Amino acid sequence: MTDSGSTQPESANIRPPSPPKLLVWLRRNLFNSWPNSVLTLLAVGSIYFVGRAVLEWAFFTADWRPVTNNPMLYLVGQYPRDQIWRVGASLLLVSFLTGMSWGEWRGIMRTFAMLLAGGLAVLGIIPAGGQMGSLAVHVFFLINVPVIFLGFLLGSRKFVTGSWVLGGWLFSFLVIPFLLRGIGDGTVLPTVETSLWGGLLVTLILAVGGILLSFPLGVLLALGRRSSLPVIKIFCVMFIEGIRGVPLVTILFMSSIILALFLPPDLRIDRLVRALIGMTIFSAAYTAENVRGGLQAVPAGQIEAAKAVGLNNFQTTLLVVLPQALRAVIPAIVGQFISLFKDTTLAIIVAINELLNIGKSILQSDVEFLQLQLEVYVFIAAVFWVLCYLMSFASRRLETALGIGER
Amino acid sequence: MSSSNSHRKSLTRESAIPLWRDERALTAAAQVISAIIFIGALIWVGVNLLEAAKQRGLSLGFDFINDPAGFPISEAVIPYDDSYTFGTAFLVGLLNTLKISIIGIVLATVLGTIVGLARLSTNWLVSRIALAYIELHRNIPLLVLLFIWYFAIFNKLPPTQESLEVPGLLYINQRGLYLSWPRLTETGSLFAVSLLVGLILAIIAWIYLRRLRKRSGHSTYYAGVSIAIILMSVVLGLALSEWQPLWIDTPVFEGFNFTGGLRLTPEFTALLVGLVMYTAAFIAEVVRGGIQAVDLGQTEAAKAVGLKQMQTLGLVIIPQAMRVIIPPLISQFLNLTKNTSLALAIGYADLFNVGRIMINQAGRAVPIFGMIMVTYLIISLITSLILNIYNRKIQISEKSA
Repeated sequence: MTDSGSTQPESANIRPPSPPKLLVWLRRNLFNSWPNSVLTLLAVGSIYFVGRAVLEWAFFTADWRPVTNNPMLYLVGQYPRDQIWRVGASLLLVSFLTGMSWGEWRGIMRTFAMLLAGGLAVLGIIPAGGQMGSLAVHVFFLINVPVIFLGFLLGSRKFVTGSWVLGGWLFSFLVIPFLLRGIGDGTVLPTVETSLWGGLLVTLILAVGGILLSFPLGVLLALGRRSSLPVIKIFCVMFIEGIRGVPLVTILFMSSIILALFLPPDLRIDRLVRALIGMTIFSAAYTAENVRGGLQAVPAGQIEAAKAVGLNNFQTTLLVVLPQALRAVIPAIVGQFISLFKDTTLAIIVAINELLNIGKSILQSDVEFLQLQLEVYVFIAAVFWVLCYLMSFASRRLETALGIGER
Repeated sequence: MSSSNSHRKSLTRESAIPLWRDERALTAAAQVISAIIFIGALIWVGVNLLEAAKQRGLSLGFDFINDPAGFPISEAVIPYDDSYTFGTAFLVGLLNTLKISIIGIVLATVLGTIVGLARLSTNWLVSRIALAYIELHRNIPLLVLLFIWYFAIFNKLPPTQESLEVPGLLYINQRGLYLSWPRLTETGSLFAVSLLVGLILAIIAWIYLRRLRKRSGHSTYYAGVSIAIILMSVVLGLALSEWQPLWIDTPVFEGFNFTGGLRLTPEFTALLVGLVMYTAAFIAEVVRGGIQAVDLGQTEAAKAVGLKQMQTLGLVIIPQAMRVIIPPLISQFLNLTKNTSLALAIGYADLFNVGRIMINQAGRAVPIFGMIMVTYLIISLITSLILNIYNRKIQISEKSA
């Protein structure tokens, strides 16, 4: 205001000299009335006391050894250290593909790629204890950053099309499980049982696997719910409402313990896979409701137009309705991914070594750590907070980019 | 559909449509096939289950319900010890779930509304603090928050001898939270009955007189009459109970422990605090969204027709905001109720936790698990039924308005 006033001498003569901006802002936002001034003082006081207590605890009282001694445990759990390169290779693949997606699609993928590069660079730079402290690990994390840019360069080339990138992702999702677990009886790659997997690795597998596997199922359920065939419709409604009506804990419990009773006795399913089945079933019901919202948003005229140009029901759904519906639900799916990511902690109840469970076992691994629950759980909370906050930040940008929510 | 029918009629040789292109035939076939697949899958699962049950010697019946449960439950609303039946144990778990859900819903609504209003405050600092609270809770898994509350805070409280205390009112230690609590005296029940009757009469009078006002257009003083009825019932109740309706039960330190007062176990308190604070963050966003959804023009219009500030709030803004707030609010209530199942991780005896112990004790995984699922489903269905009725009511009033 003061700047614009000074360029116009006439109005500057009329106006009294304006007080400094900061004071104006303070008076308008913090001290605009008596009750508000009191509130402000109370707020400043409580921020001071709470903030001081928290900082004093974090920097002087807290004993961070269970976190700093061996951070690798939080990342991969008990994954055999001589085989750890397989986790690293998977990460490199994901980094490269993220870079390629950035090069190909730009926009929101740029945010994701930047976040990934930034996160890995931070992991590469900060000093850490245990196996994380070794030079090789630091170098490895830092190498991911140029790999992302390499992917970007490749993705930007004209001859690389979207289907290349999509194919790459599909390939990685098929290959990574085998890379991590081993092929066949372990002659080519030694088998690493999933019971040894842990930490953020398992958390991500459950969340990413859950959302990806649930997606086709959810789309089918949503279409089924709108079907004109009563049998299919009733089945889909029963499935969706039945799953949404019970807590995730009960579904995980069912898929881990009860499901075995409903299947042929010689069919043994891996514990992690059973948990993943539970997450998938749970997530599918919510995906279905999100997709249903997208389907309802497709104008009826689109379907009539598709019929008019001679498309049959199947073609109409696949070529006209779904592409429009799915585009509209992307932000909702991202939101669902974030809550699924948080919900992976519940897998602790069926003894999966996800991040929270790793924290719990680290506490019990050393007598000196037994009483350090606050440090360990606050660290895990901080990890989740940062990751979820970044994801919801990206999803807000995605919403703006897609122009959804603007009416 | 209609377009394809007319299309079909316009064809000169209707019988020429081959069966595999006839929409009616295809529809019917799809129905039959899907029904066969669905029923076939059910039969397959059922056969597998019977097979597994026979192999492992599991029983699928519900006859165990009347057997003694044989395990203790740390807290119960109704009388219970390990000689009671499995059925009673299940009921104890259900009541514990309902207890923490109802108390949690009330507290979370209050806290959530306060935070939501604080978020809308014109005071920048207050609004930022509310935002920090919301962001802090929304981005951390509830289970991690519960672990912090229970393992890192409530389990680390000082022993009973060194309780944190507000003397005569509140004592907090490892064994839980001890509160001074008003309890009814012997004659107090008369007071309670009188108050209850007064409340019911007041509500009836309120509704009747409001309707009368709407019909006749004359003032009927419904608020005054209702308050007068309540005041009269209070005075009557006090007189009936010889002016001593309540006494305060204060916790007293005796020997090694507190006696008297209202004791909340650490498990209950940690779960309650965690659930309330977590859900409040979501409710705050719902409340904020609802209030922001009311157009500013509504306030201006209300002022223009001469409504006072309180009337604007009560008659114009809140009713419209409620329309937006109630549906997501109820789904938050449902989330809170479902999230009580995390009690398992910190050892509060809720429905799921008790059910799991029952499975271990009775060895009837399938029937007990079925009972748990169906119970949660019934709670959810009742809630969504209420929501649907409410939504319908709102829609009707919208049309008539």
